[in-house]
Amino acid sequence: MAARLFDKVWDRHVVASPEGEPPLLYVDMHLVHEVTSPQAFEALSLTGRKVRRPDLTVATMDHDVPTIGLDEPIADPLAALQIERLAANCAEHGITLHALGSRQQGIVHVIGPQLGLTQPGMTVVCGDSHTSTHGAFGALAFGIGTSEVEHVLATQTLSQVKPAAMAVTVDGELPAGCTAKDLVLGIIRALGVGGGAGSVIEYRGAAIRALSMEGRMTVCNMSIEGGARAGMIAPDDTTFGYLEGRQHAPKGAAWERALDDWRSLVTDAGAEFDTEIRVDASALRPAVTWGTNPAQSVAIDDVVPYPEAAPTPAARQAAERALTYMNLTPGTPIRDIGVDIVFIGSCTNGRLEDLRAAAEVIRGRTVHPGVRALVVPGSAAVKAQAEQEGLDQRFIAAGFEWRSAGCSMCLGMNGDILAPGERSASTSNRNFEGRQGPGGRTHLVSPAVAAATAVAGHFAAPADL
Amino acid sequence: MSGVKRIAGRAVVVLRSDVDTDQIIPAAWLKKVERTGFGAGLFEAWRKDPAFALNRPGAEAARVLISGPNFGCGSSREHAVWALQDFGFQAVLAPSFADIFRGNAISAGLVPAQVSDDAVARLAAVLADAPDSEVVVDVAARTVSVGAAVTESFQLAGYAQWRLIEGLDDVGLTLRHEAEIAAYEGQRPDYLPALP
Ligand code: SF4
Repeated sequence: MAARLFDKVWDRHVVASPEGEPPLLYVDMHLVHEVTSPQAFEALSLTGRKVRRPDLTVATMDHDVPTIGLDEPIADPLAALQIERLAANCAEHGITLHALGSRQQGIVHVIGPQLGLTQPGMTVVCGDSHTSTHGAFGALAFGIGTSEVEHVLATQTLSQVKPAAMAVTVDGELPAGCTAKDLVLGIIRALGVGGGAGSVIEYRGAAIRALSMEGRMTVCNMSIEGGARAGMIAPDDTTFGYLEGRQHAPKGAAWERALDDWRSLVTDAGAEFDTEIRVDASALRPAVTWGTNPAQSVAIDDVVPYPEAAPTPAARQAAERALTYMNLTPGTPIRDIGVDIVFIGSCTNGRLEDLRAAAEVIRGRTVHPGVRALVVPGSAAVKAQAEQEGLDQRFIAAGFEWRSAGCSMCLGMNGDILAPGERSASTSNRNFEGRQGPGGRTHLVSPAVAAATAVAGHFAAPADL
Repeated sequence: MSGVKRIAGRAVVVLRSDVDTDQIIPAAWLKKVERTGFGAGLFEAWRKDPAFALNRPGAEAARVLISGPNFGCGSSREHAVWALQDFGFQAVLAPSFADIFRGNAISAGLVPAQVSDDAVARLAAVLADAPDSEVVVDVAARTVSVGAAVTESFQLAGYAQWRLIEGLDDVGLTLRHEAEIAAYEGQRPDYLPALP
């Protein structure tokens, strides 16, 4: 029977299908970070259980680590305790840890692919909703809660009801100036913030095939913002080219065997999806969110929408609430909205390609006097590579702060936050109320738009400068 | 974890759609290494508004939260469930739940009861007139009622219902399949990554 990519990956991980219970799924790689794991490790010790497969578990520190002054003790005692706790738990259970200050530390969804730990056909889980990022490799990757983190630590499996399969087909070609971020914001606008609930999305079509691995990761990363359990892209030569030679990628004969298998990881002709939406890439423009969920976005050439235009009373009410929180007036051109902060980073757009794109825009330009701009690389390795290319010097010369790797202002746990009422242009993935600090107002954009906005002081595309 | 068969107490109604976990428990609270003590952070920003439902006298005794569709979207933080429980909630009624939130709730013993949009409207209407009414959530019968005024059925998958009622140790349940897990591990392809 014609099978979908999702079925192929799902089926090969089913350990048991007990009568009347969801199937038990094997986990190939479990990524762990400091914020959602301490209670899971504590539960293990309370029950006297061990980590079943420390060799299939890898940890890093990202969510509340400082991004400046790494040579000093961590000022926040609570963050310091979480970081110490993770180190102690990893030492006790024999788990590889890329600790703060190490060469491979970074945002969990940046380091997995970078180390070659994320490969086609795998199952990858992490106590973090943006685990969907790893689906860019044709892996089935999804976020879990702390009780499930404990479950995976103890059993290397998860009891999971099989989600539905949704196809998001993106035809055509992205116009010049449009990036993977604009593409995924367009998809979420079409899908709605809960439209993908209960589903695993497979992204298909010419515009997806044309994306680099970095771009595919940006798209899969935000699957959860459309409510989907996971996002996947069938692996191809772009995927294999990215993986070959990475630290944990198979080598020699094993690489050839792996490739033979990976090439079979495509949706068969004639396979049907439970739901399908189509998006025309050529109609997209650089996107800016105006509201308090990631589906509330418009093109940069547009105006702040009128709530009356919302399709349902509930959507209208949500739009009114969002505009009040964001302090925006319907009809205002997006380009007329000034910003206080520009944040370039996160697991959505903190990879090398993103930093290069932003650095290209600011060449020979400076940050607008009223704006504070910061670049936070997604990992220590991204930072090192960017410095080798001289990108750090270009950012610093333009007036950006150049930080060390971490989640930073994406969720504002480490002290990098918006003050109440401050407005940001951010390359991260969530514009929820208070996401970047209580009372802060977040607009999600691509790295190129973020950089141009930093220079202009208000929302701008690179072509405007 | 103890099982939950029947919940009885006051309800709080927060009729908003897409309530995200950043609202339920803001990131600043995620620095704790314990599972307890999150109640004070529940809806921290919205509680600054004196008119917010959780600030109503008597709300501290509430056991049931009624809200809009796509409840619990966003971050995977189970802390959102712990915050609701720490405040006193034992069930959330909504027309739909975000997938990860629903899973977390079931794991931690908070009942995610899926009711229709119309049922939410009817329950909210009754509670608007009599906000201190006792709301009863019968997990075994999958019904919610407010006195004799209204009874609605809710959806909860059979396996989840069983886990909630029995308060089972999920890891223990899975370890019944130890032999199958070991057999599976014996045939994984050798090229899959493993840490040294
Ligand atoms: S960068 Fe943001 S979204 Fe990504 S893992 Fe960190 S906090 Fe989560």
